[in-house]
This record gives sequence, C-alpha cells and structure tokens, in this order.
Amino acid sequence: MSRLSVEELTVGFNTDHGPVDVVEGVSFALDSGAMLGLVGESGCGKSVTAMAVMRLLATPPARIAGGRVLLDGVDLLRLSEAQMRRVRGDRIGMIFQEPMTSLNPTYTVGSQLVEAIRLHRPVGRREAWAQAGALLEQVGIGAVRRRLGQYPHELSGGLRQRVMIAMAIACSPAVVIADEPTTALDVTIQAQIMELLDALRREKGMGLLLITHDLGLVARYCDSVIVMYAGRIVERAPVKTLFAAPRHPYTHGLLASIPRLGRQQERLPSIRGMVPSPGLRGAGCAFADRCDRAVAACRAEVPPLGPADSDHGFACWNPLP
Amino acid sequence: MAAFLARRLGQAVLIVAGITLITFLLMYLIPADPARMIAGRNAPQSTVESIRQQLGLDRPIVEQYLIYLSNLLQGDLGRSYMQRTEVGELLWSRLPATLELMAGGIFFELLIGIPAGLAAAAYRGRLPDRVIMVAAFVGVSAPQFLVGILLLYVFAVELDWLPLRGYGGLDNLLLPALTLGILGGGWYARMMRSSMVDVLRRDYIRTARAKGAGAGRILVVHGLRNAILPIVAMIGLDIGIFMSGVVVVESVFGWPGIGQLAWQAIQRLDIPIIMGVTLIAALAIVLGNLLADMVAPLIDPRIRLRA
Ligand SMILES: Nc1ncnc2c1ncn2[C@@H]1O[C@H](COP(=O)(O)OP(=O)(O)OP(=O)(O)O)[C@@H](O)[C@H]1O
Ligand SMILES: [Mg+2]
Repeated sequence: MSRLSVEELTVGFNTDHGPVDVVEGVSFALDSGAMLGLVGESGCGKSVTAMAVMRLLATPPARIAGGRVLLDGVDLLRLSEAQMRRVRGDRIGMIFQEPMTSLNPTYTVGSQLVEAIRLHRPVGRREAWAQAGALLEQVGIGAVRRRLGQYPHELSGGLRQRVMIAMAIACSPAVVIADEPTTALDVTIQAQIMELLDALRREKGMGLLLITHDLGLVARYCDSVIVMYAGRIVERAPVKTLFAAPRHPYTHGLLASIPRLGRQQERLPSIRGMVPSPGLRGAGCAFADRCDRAVAACRAEVPPLGPADSDHGFACWNPLP
Repeated sequence: MAAFLARRLGQAVLIVAGITLITFLLMYLIPADPARMIAGRNAPQSTVESIRQQLGLDRPIVEQYLIYLSNLLQGDLGRSYMQRTEVGELLWSRLPATLELMAGGIFFELLIGIPAGLAAAAYRGRLPDRVIMVAAFVGVSAPQFLVGILLLYVFAVELDWLPLRGYGGLDNLLLPALTLGILGGGWYARMMRSSMVDVLRRDYIRTARAKGAGAGRILVVHGLRNAILPIVAMIGLDIGIFMSGVVVVESVFGWPGIGQLAWQAIQRLDIPIIMGVTLIAALAIVLGNLLADMVAPLIDPRIRLRA
C-alpha cells in the first residue's frame, strides 16, 4: 500500500494581480522503499507541491485550495499545526537543494542532529549524541566525534548535504522528500549522494520523492516518474516505460533535451517558447502554444490525466503513438 | 587574540588622542575667557591676568596641549578651575552612579526592546507588528524629560511606590533606568525586528521547520542567535553613550552622574572637567566597541577576531 498519497492537490498564491493557482489537481502515490521522480521545467510547481505536502508554505500568501495529502491514510491537510509538527521530521523528512545555507551556521552539526532526534524522541542528551554519531556513520561520514563538534562552515558542500540527509532520516521517516538534493554539488559528489539516498531508501524502506531537473538521475535511480508542466501533471509512468515511449509531447521534448555523451550537437534540441506564467494560462492545455502536435481540442479544454486503469497516464488530446 | 588586542589598543590610543586634541582646540576657539569667569565680572584686569598666568592659559595653545598630554600620561587630569579639586577624583566619585544608570538603562532597553522586536518579527505585517512598531516610534521620539516626569508623576507622586529623587538604593535607580529603557528600547525593538525578519527568510529556518520545530523554538533558538549581532553592536555603542552621561535624565531624577558634572562644567567653562569627561566618553566608546567585537565570535562561529 502507498505510504504517501496525494490526491487532487491544488495550491494557489495571493499575488499583486489577484489569486493564482500554481499547482492544480496534482495526484500521485509513493510506496515504501520506492523512489519517485518529479521532473519539469523551472517554475512548474515542484517545490510548491513538496512544501504543500509538508505544510511549510506560509498561508497567506499561499492557500491550499483543495485535495488531500494522505500519509498512511491520515489527511495531513486536516491536522492542527501542533499535530503537523509531529509529522514533520518524524514521519516525513525533507532535504533541500542548498546545503550551504540549509544548516544553521551558529550551531554545531552535532547539536542540530540532536535537535532533530529530541524534537520527536524522549531520549536524554547523552543517548541523543550517541544516536547522532550513529547517524553520521550511516550517511558515510567518518571521524564522527570530530564532525559532531564542527560548524557547518567547516564542512564541504558534500559533507553538509550528508548531514542534511542524516537529519532528514534521524527519526526513520516513512517518506523523504528531496528537493533537488544534488543540484548544488559537483558531479562526483552528486553520484555519491544519489548512491547514498538509493541505499538508504532500500535499507530503511522509506518512500523517496526525488525532485530534480536531471533526467539522467531519474533514469538511473527512480522506479517511476511524474512529469509536471505549468502546475499540472502531464505524464506519469514507470521509468522504463516513460523513457522508452513517452506519450506527451512535452515529455518527449524533455527527453530530447538530454545531452548525450559522445555525440556532438550544435544545439540542444529543446522545446521552443516559454512556460506560461500562472494566471496567464488560457482555457485549454497549458502546453498548446509550444506544441507541434496541438489540435483544436487542445485550446478548448484541459486534457485529463488518463487512462486511470493504466500505470502509464498522460494528459494529452493528441498523444504521440 | 593578542595581535587583535594590541592593534585595538593602538587604535584606542589614537582615537583618544584625537578626541582630546579636538576638544582642546574647541575650548580655545569659543569666545569666552575662563580666567574672567573665575575672577568674576567686576574683577580688575590685573586679577584676571594673574589667574590666567596661574592656570597657564597665557602660554601658546600647542604648549598647553603638550603639558596636558604629559600630565595625562602621568595619570594627572588636572584640577577643576572652580572647585580646585582633582578632576580624576571628581570623575571617580561620579563613576558608580554613572555605571549603575548605564547598567540599569541597558537592562531595561533589552528587556523592552528584544521581546517587542521578536514579537513584531513573528507577527510581521499583522496587527501586533503594527502596534509594537508604533509604540517603538513613540518611545524613540518622546522627549527624555517628558517620559521621566511622567514616570515620576505616576510612580512617585500618585502611587507613591518609589522615591521622587536621589541616589542610593535600587528603588532610586528604577525610574531613571526605566526612562532610558523606554527611550532606547524603541531602537532595540526596531533593530531586533528588522534583523529577525531578515533571518526568518533564511534557508536554515525552513530546515528547522521541516524538522518539526515549533514557532517559539524557531524564533528563540534558531533565529535569535543569528539575529542578535546588530543588538550586541548597539549595546557597545550604548556603553559609550551612557558613560558620557545622560544629562536630561540625570537632572530630572537628581542623579549624581557624569552627565550633571559635565553640564555644570560646560556652564562654567571649567575646561579640565570638560576634558576629563570627554576622555572618559572616548575611552568608553572604544571599550564598548571592543567588547562588542569580542563577543561576536562567541555568538557566530564564522566570525574571527581580525587583527
Ligand atoms: N510565495 C510565492 N508567491 C507567489 N508565487 C509563488 C510563490 N512561491 C512560488 N510561486 C510560484 O509558484 C510557481 C511554482 O514555483 P516552484 O518553486 O514550485 O517551481 P519549481 O518547479 O520548484 O521550480 P525550480 O525547478 O526552479 O525549483 C512559480 O511560478 C512561482 O513563481
Ligand atoms: Mg524548486
């Protein structure tokens, strides 16, 4: 059964130009031990979706307009703030993109880890410090005693991201959301961090939601993937299926934009035009204006995500064969 | 650390020397004659001249300054023109009252300013924020004597809880310190608010929330330590300001601090006292800054003492 199940989630913001929905009717499910990729161009609503699941968006200006976020059957959107606090860090862990700025610069690594433990577990200081050391070992950090006493600025980016991961898994959460965890790191470190996340989700049976721009990572590590465009899911499928036979023209464009090693290309074939900003989307499919396959129906009505009974869903009136 | 202190000490000497020089020059630029003031309006010119000679005021100004400096190096601040007392002794006798008022004032500034600033930041843009910021503005812009007299009226006259004027016990200190606290607390509240609002936008605050920390913990544990440095710098400044005396509050409450001494000295053109007070103020400003700079690395480990 799915640990995390998001149903028809809709999130809006109050802006200077009135309210706009930036995430519309997003649904997905995440199983224990599975890794689900969430991809899409910048601004399509990936982070907002993640923050809405954690209920970390400031409301206002944000507004969760509808939907459900079920964690083991409990709708997080209905919890009180105090109840939600017990979910954050305990049942759902989160890892952010910027390891340089995501740790508090004025506290040691050890005390930040200890805090993550003691916020949710009734353990004494000594015991918590011992657990913090064990966590660092789990994320592949050596010389634990020294590291616990260091401040974030004394660590490299890769080490800091490992500390972030240790903090996110401190209470063995059911689900970990990683929002572009490797974007800020250089390539060799990226691979190490991904290997670590992959190993942890298998060992601990955590469901992992991987938000990324890097389709290479998705192909390599994820079991299934959802593609977002302008606040909506346009395609969802097991990774192999999606890479072999994308049905949505946008997904097709994304896959064509992956630079291939060893093949010299003049320019990356990418998708023409720009993502329409939220609030300026017309009636039909938000991708219609950039789409080579657009037909009349595309500008009239938003295509639904389907078919429902298949593990490969796409929202398109004129899909690729 | 040693290099840092040595360098700061050198700077301190330069600053103090500079400030004494400027004050010295100013004293001789103003068109008034201390010798005439001592002698009295009707005294004959010969008396004035002899006083001038006695005080060394007839010598060239450069020489006077050098004499002053060499005396200073031997710990001699000179004698008051009027009272003929040692300036060092005068300052020394005023020091306890001044230090007490400084400590009390800063205590109330922080007691009022920090919680107010934290609350305003936590509720930024909403009603509590607006109320606190208006109150802070009123506090900052209210005249010192008005606040002082108001407090006196309420707590000493109407309620009769506290003594009216005088110096000695904690009950005497309460109202003058509170007056300073209300006035300065407004500055602290604004500084605390803006610093905290900035910190609350940082990524590590988002991380703390994602860990499940509550609002209070985020504000006090994760926010405060990152937002407090401007406040520490401000305390350093306040040490300097309060040490040179708070004239209005001291006179409203009959507080025997350095401020009153300075005020009387200025009225009588008692140059040695004015020089002495200036010296103390300069030293206090240097010391206050030094303290603030030395505390900073204890709060934020990224800061190093730089020589
Ligand atoms: N506080 C806010 N107020 C108004 N609009 C916002 C706010 N935060 C995000 N948005 C809008 O929501 C949309 C989705 O943003 P989001 O950060 O989720 O994108 P993303 O897919 O994570 O992009 P990236 O890949 O660059 O991280 C964007 O159009 C953004 O402008
Ligand atoms: Mg994002």
